[in-house]
Amino acid sequence: MRVYFDYNATTPLAPEVIDAVARASRETFGNASSVHHFGQQAKAALDDARSELATLIHGDPSEIVFTSGGTEADNMAIRGTAEAIEPTGRRHVIASAIEHEAVLNTLKALARRGWRTTLLPVDDSGIVAPDRLREALADDTALVSIMHANNEIGTIQPIAELAQLVHARGALLHTDAVQSVGKIPVDVRALGADLLSLSAHKFNGPKGAGALWIKRGTRMLPIVTGGKHERNRRAGTENVPAIVGLGVAARLAGGKLDAEAARVAALRDHLEEGILRGVPGTAVNGARGSRVPNTSNISFDRVEAESLLIALDLEGIAVSTGSACSSGTLEPSHVLRAMGLSTHRTQNSLRFSLGMFSTEAEVDRVVEVLPRLVEKLRGLTQKSVGARG
Amino acid sequence: MRIVVAMSGGVDSSVAAALLAEQGHDVIGLSMQLYDQGEGQSSFGSCCSIDGLNDARRVAAAINIPHYVLNFERQFQEQVVSNFVNEYVAGRTPLPCARCNGDLKFATLAERAESFGADAVATGHYARVEALPLPGEDGGRSQPVRYVLKRGLDASKDQSYFLFSLTQAQLARAVFPVGDRPKTAVRAYARLRNLPVADKPDSQEICFIPDHDYRGFVEKQRPDTPRAGQFVDERGAVVGAHEGVHRFTIGQRRGLGLSSSPSGTPLYVLALRPAEQQVVVGPKSSLERTTLQASDVNWLIDTPTVPIRAAVQIRHRHQAAPATVRATAPGQATVTFDTPQIAITPGQAAVFYDGEIVLGGGWIES
Repeated sequence: MRVYFDYNATTPLAPEVIDAVARASRETFGNASSVHHFGQQAKAALDDARSELATLIHGDPSEIVFTSGGTEADNMAIRGTAEAIEPTGRRHVIASAIEHEAVLNTLKALARRGWRTTLLPVDDSGIVAPDRLREALADDTALVSIMHANNEIGTIQPIAELAQLVHARGALLHTDAVQSVGKIPVDVRALGADLLSLSAHKFNGPKGAGALWIKRGTRMLPIVTGGKHERNRRAGTENVPAIVGLGVAARLAGGKLDAEAARVAALRDHLEEGILRGVPGTAVNGARGSRVPNTSNISFDRVEAESLLIALDLEGIAVSTGSACSSGTLEPSHVLRAMGLSTHRTQNSLRFSLGMFSTEAEVDRVVEVLPRLVEKLRGLTQKSVGARG
Repeated sequence: MRIVVAMSGGVDSSVAAALLAEQGHDVIGLSMQLYDQGEGQSSFGSCCSIDGLNDARRVAAAINIPHYVLNFERQFQEQVVSNFVNEYVAGRTPLPCARCNGDLKFATLAERAESFGADAVATGHYARVEALPLPGEDGGRSQPVRYVLKRGLDASKDQSYFLFSLTQAQLARAVFPVGDRPKTAVRAYARLRNLPVADKPDSQEICFIPDHDYRGFVEKQRPDTPRAGQFVDERGAVVGAHEGVHRFTIGQRRGLGLSSSPSGTPLYVLALRPAEQQVVVGPKSSLERTTLQASDVNWLIDTPTVPIRAAVQIRHRHQAAPATVRATAPGQATVTFDTPQIAITPGQAAVFYDGEIVLGGGWIES
């Protein structure tokens, strides 16, 4: 039995999505910009997907720009608005310290262009304090980028409250909602955001398709220039099959959002309780209340997460030490560090993230296997400490 | 049997993994990330570069085994790189591959392997290890075993010299799948199995110094290294100036910036005196020595109580020479060669052989 508990890295495709992508690949091969029948078919498929997605996030279809994924959407939101706003003299951008690299490294790119950047701290539960944002906002702040749900610990930020502060100073709010769309209700109007990024493969859609929702009237320049695709906001022939898949995934997620969230939350809580009870020296990282329902980040005292991750994989259990992008490097998680966790604890934490195909039996398997693996790794740690003592 | 293979991405460790997998073992590939893989430094072509890690991953996928990259940067710095730098600064010539084998691959990596339930650690070294039954007290099943380390079958590729510090416990879990094959057969097997590294050149240089400039590396790691000193002759007369003792190795002839002795014979580095920042130079004949002292001696046989005869090898490419070895104190040995040897170099290893069998070895002190 192989257990996949790494849904925050990526998700398996829903069967309906696979069918839709296959069908679109076969039948809807036209270029959506073409005048003829084939182009019209492709254009219609894009329109359908745009409507499905707009319904899921309570936006208007005309406000949605399809991208290659979350990273491109984040880049478009930050670079595109920065370039549009720069002539007004606003050259300051704010983000939280726990953003995804797609945001953090895009801020660095702006800094190289002479922009001022501010990273907001989070508290020990992984939440941005509105007061910190109020202090950081300045007259020349152009944009604030705060993620909706964090990829490593799952905590949900008070976006609506933060948006009011941002707008009071005349700045824009972008939220990276890659880890929340499809998992919890996301209403762009209720959030009060100006820009929102999402990615299909985080909610059982295909890789290579994402979107940026841009509130009507928001000033933004394209970062990919070329033809007049996506209302002049993102040039390049649309990836029709993947976008069709995105639309189907959005419809599926929206149709059972509450029920699925409750089901997955019950599994996650069962897993968490089983681990906390069965393995001594464990603790949950981040706020347990305000979280997406599928994510649990747990530290295992006196165990190197890297070793436990491999030991679990050898047992057929796939989890993660943080965001997939940073797990090749095995640097301590910048998210856990920003929460003020000790270096040791940032290196002994694992992320379990569940989803559509997760089952009670998988949870039971993980809860059964973990104590033995942890005990073994701890025994070796003791031995090597003793031997060198 | 579950076996962890230390995969560098080179042809030898790739074939080691492929052979074990073919034999039906439960093989896990581990690669060690040993130093910061900065951006734009991806074309080293040496054993632990990011290209090496990528090659290891491709081989693992080709032979269908799980593969993981472990971050050992801190351990590598502490156990191998610092020693390397300190040795040069102390006027000695380090042997980082032997340190890496004994202190990292068969220590830290082996511990990880154990935590993954592995019974053994395999590498792509050209060496052999055999279990030799000893006369048991009960003569029965619980017969004790001595693990014997032998030279690789391919004498031109033998790497047993770099493995002398392995203990019996380490050898008990060591597997060298290519050690009983000639290199040509290893490459042929790699081609046969279509391994993506079949035609990759052998790595020659020190893996963490891709530009081969070890002097610059030492100076960067230890900016306080003295950068000026004098060449003196055997009588102590100053014959020139140099830019730091760490830039020299005993037996070195080229790059001294000295033409030759007044009599016209070429000059060689005879000794390094870091305290005085002096490099002693003289004729080749003065490089000859018949004795050496070794420390941290690891015996793979019972520590001899009487002098033993052995062939002693004092550097990687040295033809082991007949000698008498005396264990003078715990961890100490004196080696007396039958005939004088050129350039006995502190910091290198002295490894004692009986034919193909490694009896033990230590670090050359003087």
